[in-house]
Amino acid sequence: MKNMNYRAFVAGGLREEMERDERVFLMGQGVQAGGSYGTCEGLFNHFGPERVRDTPISEDSVVGCALGAAITGMRPIVEILYCDFALRAMDQIVNQLAKYRYMSGGRMSVPLVIRTACGYGASRGAQHSQSLEATFFHFPGLKIVVPSSAVNAKGLLKSAVRDDNPVIIMESFLFYGTSGPVPEEEYTTPLGKAEVKREGKDITLLAVSAMVSQAMKAAEALAGEGIEVEVIDPLTLVPLDMEMIVNSVRKTNRLLVVEGGPKRGGVGSEIISSVVEEAFDYFDCPPSRLAIPNVPIPFSSKMEGLVLPSSLSIAKEIRRMLE
Amino acid sequence: MEIPKEILIGMYSKMLLIRLFEEKILELYRAGMKGLYHLTCGQEAVAVGVCTVLNPDDYIFSTHRGKGHYIAKGGDLKAMMAEFMEKQTGCNRGKGGPMHLIDPAVGMLGANGIIGSNLPIACGAALSAKLRGSGQLAVAFFGDGAANTGVWHETMNLAGIWKLPVLFVCENNFFQESVPVSRHSSLQELYSRAAGYHIPGYGVDGMDVSAVYAAALEAVRHIRSGGGAVMLECKTYRYHGHSEADPTRGMRYRTGEEIALWEGKDPIKQAKAYLLEKNWITNAELEAIEKTCTQAIDEAVAFAKSSPDVPAEWALTDVFTD
Repeated sequence: MKNMNYRAFVAGGLREEMERDERVFLMGQGVQAGGSYGTCEGLFNHFGPERVRDTPISEDSVVGCALGAAITGMRPIVEILYCDFALRAMDQIVNQLAKYRYMSGGRMSVPLVIRTACGYGASRGAQHSQSLEATFFHFPGLKIVVPSSAVNAKGLLKSAVRDDNPVIIMESFLFYGTSGPVPEEEYTTPLGKAEVKREGKDITLLAVSAMVSQAMKAAEALAGEGIEVEVIDPLTLVPLDMEMIVNSVRKTNRLLVVEGGPKRGGVGSEIISSVVEEAFDYFDCPPSRLAIPNVPIPFSSKMEGLVLPSSLSIAKEIRRMLE
Repeated sequence: MEIPKEILIGMYSKMLLIRLFEEKILELYRAGMKGLYHLTCGQEAVAVGVCTVLNPDDYIFSTHRGKGHYIAKGGDLKAMMAEFMEKQTGCNRGKGGPMHLIDPAVGMLGANGIIGSNLPIACGAALSAKLRGSGQLAVAFFGDGAANTGVWHETMNLAGIWKLPVLFVCENNFFQESVPVSRHSSLQELYSRAAGYHIPGYGVDGMDVSAVYAAALEAVRHIRSGGGAVMLECKTYRYHGHSEADPTRGMRYRTGEEIALWEGKDPIKQAKAYLLEKNWITNAELEAIEKTCTQAIDEAVAFAKSSPDVPAEWALTDVFTD
């Protein structure tokens, strides 16, 4: 392990994949200057303008362009600065690339990656703070990666680039500015394998993306009160490691899902429904969701603090569930 | 330019094949075949004129009105008919149907059910060809209605910036479904929009297969020499309704006189008259061509009918690679 800035660390993953496979190339707004979060730093100087392509602000056509390249022998990666902007490309994502292989009767494959940021808690207002995992979760044909740290972000990115299916990586921008210990050797993190971040017997706490760190804080605080929380990080929503989640609930008999997206029709809604279908008899109390109440994200940090789940609100909800 | 005799005869045969194939589709549809069919009758010269100048490994990206493009590119009639009849031997194994025809064997990388959405995908194939240095090009067919989508403008700009080897072919049939071009476009000469993206644009008589061929040949030369994208606007006309869900041939929004006027300029009749006038073909040879077409279509129908049905369980596979 060595200490490293996280954005440079993730940029290293892109570089390794582009070096490994010359079919991999990158498109996005500002990638030649290193990307708006600095996660493409140094790539332009290393690979040049053909493989590191600045684009106009044309999300719809750039994503469509990636699809065209993917079905003709390339492996494109598209950077979309905020997931809020990815909505501009919904036709290409939903109607085109997610259905292309299926519509071809399995004759074609679509090896492409969309990297986009979700995040909150930074006073960026209603159009730069959304977590739209659930929006994409709805549609068949798209793999969804939700990293929770720089270390798994890099490993998952490398797996996504090597996957022959369309993958959207919804990455929190919250850890980009920080540094920490990272592995020195090359590694990949498999898609579809959840991670138990902390074992416990009293409740299963499934946290999505940056909510994992809040969940860990809450679990630590509750440990002091004698409550043992099992924290699960799904890492990918599609494919979803249902086996691990269901087994955990069978053990703890309780389930709380925490996410940074809207509560209605959220990731938690879907995961809880699926677990209840498989393990209804194991529940000792109703499963619960912590998410954004059904309002847009406000600008003011005071108001944003109220709508976002936090370690405090997670701990409070768990105490309630264990009463 | 005068088109060489053999090429013109070839294009005449292809146009006739498309026309007769679609007439067969109509017959089968009326007898109960499932699907939503947007016939291209009247517009054959655009598909055939353009695809005749392409190489087998060039890519085409088509629209909801895509059967003619697929046939013009060398498509497999049997696989297409089997697709429509929901057979295992269908080109999309029953998961695509008439609006999503995909056949990589001839570079047909997709008809498309969403107006304008095929344009950026074609650009991506062109970018891929450029990055791989393969010398291939991509063609995006689209109608007059597509030229008003946001993605059309985004894509023209992208092709202009990156000088992509892509040919944009507008089939202006004067109607965006029922809305006439005079009501949906601020500009009637759609090709002139290309200049705004630094792309050469040309207006072409889309009822004259020789004119389309000549324009496409020149455009493809320009593109293959590294000159970047070209747009052709081919003015043409569909004789049928927007789809066969409208069996009136569009009588809600146009007149029988208007259709008759365009039928008078029919691309197949025009090509036939020219071939006869030049003494390049005899009536016996014309009959033989028609017989060959009819035979190929009958064989396609027989092949489809004798193929096994798709099993319903196939619905649950092919979302992802294994």
